[in-house]
Amino acid sequence: MSDYVIEMLNITKRFPGIVANDNITLQLKKGEVHALLGENGAGKSTLMSVLFGLYQPEEGCIKKNGEVVKINDPNDANALHIGMVHQHFKLVECFSVLDNIILGVEPNKMGFLQKKEARAKVLELSEKYGLKVDPDALIEDISVGMQQRVEILKMLYRENEILIFDEPTAVLTPQEIDELMEIMRGFKAEGKSILFITHKLNEIMAVADRCTVLRKGKYMGTVNVADTTKEELSKMMVGRNVNFKVDKCDCKPGETVFKAEHVTVPSKLHKKNAVNDVSFEVRAGEIVCLAGIEGNGQTEFVQGITGLTKMSSGRIELLGKDITNATIREKSIMGISHIPEDRHKHGLVLDYSLEQNLVLQQYWEPQFQHNGFIKQQAVREYAEKLIDQFDVRSGQGPITIARSMSGGNQQKAIIAREISKDPKLLIAVQPTRGLDVGAIEYIHKQLVKERDEGKAVLLVSLELDEVMNVSDRILVMYEGEIVGEFDPKTVTVQELGLYMAGAKRQDGHDSKKEEA
Amino acid sequence: MKNYFKSKGFITVLASVISIVVGLLIGFILLIVFNPAYAVGGLGSIVSKGFSSSDKFAKVLYQAAPLIMTGLSVGFAFKTGLFNIGATGQYTVGAFMALVFGIQFQMPWWVCLIAAMIGGAIWGFIPGICKALFNVNEVITSIMFNWLGLFMVNLLLNNMPVMLADHWGASNKDRTAALASANPSAIIPKLGLNELFHSNYMNISIFIAIIIAVVIYIILEKRTFGYELKACGFNKDASIYAGINAKRNIVLSMVISGALAGIGGGIYYLSGTAQYTIVKSLLTMGFNGIPVALLGASSPIGIIFAALFISYIQVGGEALQPEYAKEIIDIIIAVIIYLSAFSLLVKNILGKFIKTDTSNVNAEDKAPASPEPAPVKATEAGSTEEKGGNE
Repeated sequence: MSDYVIEMLNITKRFPGIVANDNITLQLKKGEVHALLGENGAGKSTLMSVLFGLYQPEEGCIKKNGEVVKINDPNDANALHIGMVHQHFKLVECFSVLDNIILGVEPNKMGFLQKKEARAKVLELSEKYGLKVDPDALIEDISVGMQQRVEILKMLYRENEILIFDEPTAVLTPQEIDELMEIMRGFKAEGKSILFITHKLNEIMAVADRCTVLRKGKYMGTVNVADTTKEELSKMMVGRNVNFKVDKCDCKPGETVFKAEHVTVPSKLHKKNAVNDVSFEVRAGEIVCLAGIEGNGQTEFVQGITGLTKMSSGRIELLGKDITNATIREKSIMGISHIPEDRHKHGLVLDYSLEQNLVLQQYWEPQFQHNGFIKQQAVREYAEKLIDQFDVRSGQGPITIARSMSGGNQQKAIIAREISKDPKLLIAVQPTRGLDVGAIEYIHKQLVKERDEGKAVLLVSLELDEVMNVSDRILVMYEGEIVGEFDPKTVTVQELGLYMAGAKRQDGHDSKKEEA
Repeated sequence: MKNYFKSKGFITVLASVISIVVGLLIGFILLIVFNPAYAVGGLGSIVSKGFSSSDKFAKVLYQAAPLIMTGLSVGFAFKTGLFNIGATGQYTVGAFMALVFGIQFQMPWWVCLIAAMIGGAIWGFIPGICKALFNVNEVITSIMFNWLGLFMVNLLLNNMPVMLADHWGASNKDRTAALASANPSAIIPKLGLNELFHSNYMNISIFIAIIIAVVIYIILEKRTFGYELKACGFNKDASIYAGINAKRNIVLSMVISGALAGIGGGIYYLSGTAQYTIVKSLLTMGFNGIPVALLGASSPIGIIFAALFISYIQVGGEALQPEYAKEIIDIIIAVIIYLSAFSLLVKNILGKFIKTDTSNVNAEDKAPASPEPAPVKATEAGSTEEKGGNE
């Protein structure tokens, strides 16, 4: 009787001090991919949490197949065959892939687990949809991409018909994104309905049928993707025209700031080296980008040079000084700033307030402490300055607990902290991961600004758009080695892709390997 | 005013009060079950005995002082992400050190107290260093060190004839000498407070404990050292990323925690009224530090009040004899204390009814953050959830 498999009608959800969802209507047809577009803080996740039973709306109702339903918790949602892949995965780190998939719906006979059946079913699903996983690997050992596939398999294992993807591509490589799009099309062909939360316009254009746009908690409209353009969508989302190109002048590299020589870092997952004999330089006033598919040693390289893990051999220099054996604190004092890949694990103490997080790298400086007593007033003033300067938005300003802030603003806080340290070398690892176009534009501008001020910037990115737009020099990493160096002005995305996938290799880098 | 009622601190205090009341009610039911005739009087005694005379009140303070110390010991470790279940062992070693310096070496009280602190610190240091260097869970090590501490102390005392009461003219061989006969200078000064309160129990130990609590509060909330320790407790990875030496902090945190418990042992046995008895069971004063820390939400100031409360209930409980058997009284007191420690739970329930102003503008990412699966974090709940009523 109804065209729609799920309808969320006039949903209003308030939090103290803010209306997160203001009279929002979302109607999902059977067998469609419906994109939900909006900036960070626009209310997308809140709306999906309402659908998934994590929040109760103050007003409005939810209908399934035309009938009003009440979703009190995720179990209700599951019973209605609604499944969700969260932006931050809900996996038990120390459990295996298989255990995670069956968690909560374990097949058992009289209380004894029947893992065989479960394994067969998981392998079958994994085969059918091309979701490659190793059922026995522990979650903590596998890549983010594979973790996501585990989340998708969880939904399929529970035979969900309505699949919610909360910013699924934020953590994926270009190839993985293509694969995911293919998987989504497969689901669609099977009659499953997909809600696809994103702020990446390319993906919407590629895969979605219709798109609902939210801005600051308000409903902006629903459009047919075929009848619209990227520019129109972004204008609906942000309320202004967005510049997709990064404006920057030519780079004028100066002295060498950072030098890596034969850096080798052992892997935590296997016996081979994660980073093998990597050497390069970053000069003042240039952005060098370490590109590559996830899991090819970029993370380990950065952790090695920043001191989070130990390098097994090689040496690194900052402004001519050997810093191979310097501690993390010493490196920080000498002028290395690090925007870490995992903002929750490394970047922030989530239970600390925003102001406490903003001085995380500097609380011990005379500016913020006197004889070991923290100067609360100085910290507060500094935090207020940064919040203002970098437009970090939060509920209560400096005293907001970091955990309660949105992902985009958490990232802004980290960037504010790291840039304000006035570093010589800024290492940014996937700084725009999971952020919306507005925030990405802002962060790219900041990186270019740092470069123009004569800082050396080392950018690690999985996003080819970012690699091409922001960097002055591209180094491609494959299986822990640098396999090519490119000028973004002359290289094509396709060419880069071949190197990233290991299909091609530059001669110079080949011979280097033979020497070693 | 409205905002005050919505503040986090108010909810924390309210939650503690509610759980205490619930605990008293259940305690009352138990009183009725065991001896209906005296139940009303018994509850009255629990609730009012501590204030009934200056002597009783002095006893409340006397018992509260070591409780504050063991509570601080556990609470301090909680705040830094560690579960120091070894407070009782550190307390025992502290007591031993104090007594050895007092009786064997005839030292004044403050030297004994420093010795107690060092003894406790060493007993905290070993689990700390094991955790930092070899990643051995501090709970396991400190439980073992509870027993090691107890039996080591018993063994040593048995082989130190000068330490025992019979060497100083008393008849008991199973306990240490009374300080009054062995070395009056090792008794913590009373500064005339005993006259004021008409009680032999009264000395300055409660003030020592409160001063130390305030010092710990300052370290945790105002000092860079406390900032580092708490950062390690909340998120070890992030603190390493920020250049903090997490291993050093784990060790220091356990050393300080142990030292606090050690001082507790010293304070209690240097009062002049207590003698260490050689028994084969762990001293409860150390374990009582855990409910004290939980009830006080790990906040040093909260711990002062929590220790006073528990001490108060204990003094009230003692007055239930002979109408109730000693074991029954222990059960009743335990139930009251146990339920009082539910304040965290009550606080979460209250939080659902009273919306605090701590929610934020950008509520977007809150949804995934709140129901996060945190299976291994259970032991840290006390430290991470709580900020204490004093803030």
